[in-house]
Amino acid sequence: MVMGDLVVEVDVAVVGGGPGGYSAAFRCAELGLETVVVDATARLGGACLFEGCIPSKALLHVAAVLDEAERAREFGVDFGAPRVALDPLRTWKAERVVGKLARGLAAVAKAKGVELVSGRAVFEGSRELRVEGEAPQKIRFKHAIVATGSAPSALPGLGPGGDRVLDSTAALELRDVPERLLVVGGGYIGLELGQVYAALGSRVTLVEMLDGLLPGVDRDLVQPLARRVDKRFAKIHLGTKVVALREAGGAVEAGLSSGETLAVDRVLVAVGRRPQGAGLGLETTRAVVDARGFVSVDERCRTADPHVLAVGDVTGEPMLAHRAMRQGKVAAEVLAGLPSAFDNVAVPAVVFTDPEVAWCGLTEPDAVRAGRPVRVARFPWAASGRAATLGRSDGLTKLVADPETGRVLGVGLVGPGAGELVAEATLAVEAALTVEDLAATIHAHPTLSETLMEAAESLLRRA
Amino acid sequence: MPRTFVLPDLGEGLTEAEIVKVLVAEGDVVAEDAPLLEVETDKATVEIPSPLGGRVATIHVRPGDTVRVGAVLVTFDDAGAPVPAPRAAGGNRSSTTVTTAGLGAAPAPSPRPVPPHRVAGVTAAPAAGATGPVPATPATRRLARELGVDLRAVRGSGPGGRVTDDDVRAAAGGAAPAAPAAPAPERPALAKPLAPVGVEPPPLPRFEQWGPVERQPLSHLRRTIAERMTLSATLIPHVTHFDRADITDLDALIQRSLEAGRARGVALTLTSFLLKAAALALREHPQFNASLDPAAGELIVKRYCHLGVAVATERGLIVPVLRDVDTKPLLELQRELAALAERVRGGKATLEDLRGGCFTLTNVGALGGTGAIPIINYPEVAILGVARARPEPVVRDGQVVPRTLLPLTLTFDHRVADGADGARFAAAIVRRLEAPEQLLLEW
Repeated sequence: MVMGDLVVEVDVAVVGGGPGGYSAAFRCAELGLETVVVDATARLGGACLFEGCIPSKALLHVAAVLDEAERAREFGVDFGAPRVALDPLRTWKAERVVGKLARGLAAVAKAKGVELVSGRAVFEGSRELRVEGEAPQKIRFKHAIVATGSAPSALPGLGPGGDRVLDSTAALELRDVPERLLVVGGGYIGLELGQVYAALGSRVTLVEMLDGLLPGVDRDLVQPLARRVDKRFAKIHLGTKVVALREAGGAVEAGLSSGETLAVDRVLVAVGRRPQGAGLGLETTRAVVDARGFVSVDERCRTADPHVLAVGDVTGEPMLAHRAMRQGKVAAEVLAGLPSAFDNVAVPAVVFTDPEVAWCGLTEPDAVRAGRPVRVARFPWAASGRAATLGRSDGLTKLVADPETGRVLGVGLVGPGAGELVAEATLAVEAALTVEDLAATIHAHPTLSETLMEAAESLLRRA
Repeated sequence: MPRTFVLPDLGEGLTEAEIVKVLVAEGDVVAEDAPLLEVETDKATVEIPSPLGGRVATIHVRPGDTVRVGAVLVTFDDAGAPVPAPRAAGGNRSSTTVTTAGLGAAPAPSPRPVPPHRVAGVTAAPAAGATGPVPATPATRRLARELGVDLRAVRGSGPGGRVTDDDVRAAAGGAAPAAPAAPAPERPALAKPLAPVGVEPPPLPRFEQWGPVERQPLSHLRRTIAERMTLSATLIPHVTHFDRADITDLDALIQRSLEAGRARGVALTLTSFLLKAAALALREHPQFNASLDPAAGELIVKRYCHLGVAVATERGLIVPVLRDVDTKPLLELQRELAALAERVRGGKATLEDLRGGCFTLTNVGALGGTGAIPIINYPEVAILGVARARPEPVVRDGQVVPRTLLPLTLTFDHRVADGADGARFAAAIVRRLEAPEQLLLEW
């Protein structure tokens, strides 16, 4: 057999097996299209399952258990000092969480008849892919869906910095718990992983270039999180850059723009993610890749090439798995001739820190920036019965509504469980519900979801 | 920032149009309101003016393309002529969609105000407003795409201006009534929907087995006519009543008045008298100035009298509409008729010229023959066909005398009226044609 001459012909070739890719492939298969997924890691799940959402949430759950156990002393329950064994923890994360989900995805692919091809895919024109790797082959397709996602950005100008400098992928492997950890970047990844390592016992120092944590997020929502992080982390440097990293005798010396030098055992660089649109051979198609590496798509996930679609992080912000999954389904349905479009109004965002921060739709700062008049209700969780029973009254629910029509335009939440609560808020924004709809819907008592109803009622009372 | 111009909502449930001509080229700098494209839709060829001034970056359509409402026609960029600030339409999206509220030249002022919301759900005040997405659930948005409805042009009837499935269906079909501006007539009790009609055409035989064939695509107009005629012939049980009018005296009157008409710049024809006679007869028989609403089980009687006149053009049959025929002076009617026919033959009729008819007049005898049975112009109730008038021997007071007779056929919807009603209505027309002095008394 002459490797490389084998040509497979399919209806749809999906490039990348992450959430966008497998959602697209599964939907294509359901709609009767013969579909293959080409993935460089030879498995379905992508960064989300193997080096992102899922493992980080597993570790954050461990951190939450540790925090809860410590906090239990407040109400007279003392578990003593926790002992953390990293081997069983890593095994639990890799086998019981990530492994189980990965096996589930593989089973679904098999059941739906989606074939997984291992290797790196490179476009050779608008109808053909070259697959590089152990089993080189060519795949001819009627349509391709690019779902190559994103990868962690490196710290600009500082180079790789040796194995004491980690990106989020390496940090999630949990090789050890360093005594002193420097987190570069105060975005959601730096905060989530910083909290994990802090709970496991690291002394965490965080450096953020801008003058606040979670840049771009409503300050009302960031404040309760910032207060908690202040207590948990050794030190937070805002408005500060890391200008030099130098390994020195089993430690790393970090030079800050303030002139200060920090000696730490490990550095986690979490300064964002970059799209992986370059190096795919897309220049041999009519698809347009911009300077940052994003593939341009329209509302129906179509690129400028009629045979090439794209979904997920590689198509733009916000780079979130659930956006990719929705786009994947849209792309599949578009290929099947259905009238689908990625016209979603609200893409929820969740920061899985403690407390969680979540929002969807229009935020108050965005409305102010756009000069759009809105009505805003803030309902502090200090007034929530459920929050009191949890011993957590530091949350806030914020409702942004249209003054003319009473439509819910956006919701912001901070507090434990905010990531679950944002589901109702997203439905309200997506379906153009009104404040009255929220207020008149019965919310179970006592739950944190009542805070949405309460916020809605307070807006109505003021009307 | 590039801005796109999409095919605006054309009203009356029209969802697509054929591009006839592109009047600008990429790179052209056009002024606001300068003609951009010519489109043909529902029997009208309409010039679409530019909604803004600017440089044409890309033209997305070619002559012959059939485009749906909401499809992008032209992209503008900012280089070139000064551009008035466009209304932001898409929040922080990078392009702005511009639509014009209505198409076609503004209609001539009508003495009877036409409610602005006659077209269900489609108004000049769309739900989207200036900012943000159109409020509608994801399922409704999908329905809109399925039916080719531009959500931005639909007025939402739900809470907070939310566009509902019904709003979208109404905008697509123009069928369901939505928020009329004028008070809706009171509905009689006990109205029930009639049974629907559905006929699936059987497959055609392979004609090639008997000899060579050629397949020719239908023009947009031909297709529209075909659809309308099929709809009417399938849905409406047609009945035709035959009659003849002695128009000897009317003919003499017209001949005598020709000079006086010419002095006022009008060439008098029989057609304007026919329209007048029909309009006055419709007053007496209002069930023929109506439309049947089978879904509601109601007859919608019109309190206005706009009459359509079938005009043969080289592209096909077109029926422009004359407004308020019952109240208009004859000379004005004749003058409007001439102007309208000229616009139609020149392909310059606006959509307004073609909308709102109550009853149609068609001259089936222009090329000879003794009469024909036309198909009702759906959703009207009746159509009057006239053939060529001829001198014929008539027995009068025991004497055979030559008289000019006009054969006419009244075809009507048997669901709405019976044979006796049709006979009476036809007689009411004939009476007026036979005694033109009475026509004069009536108007």
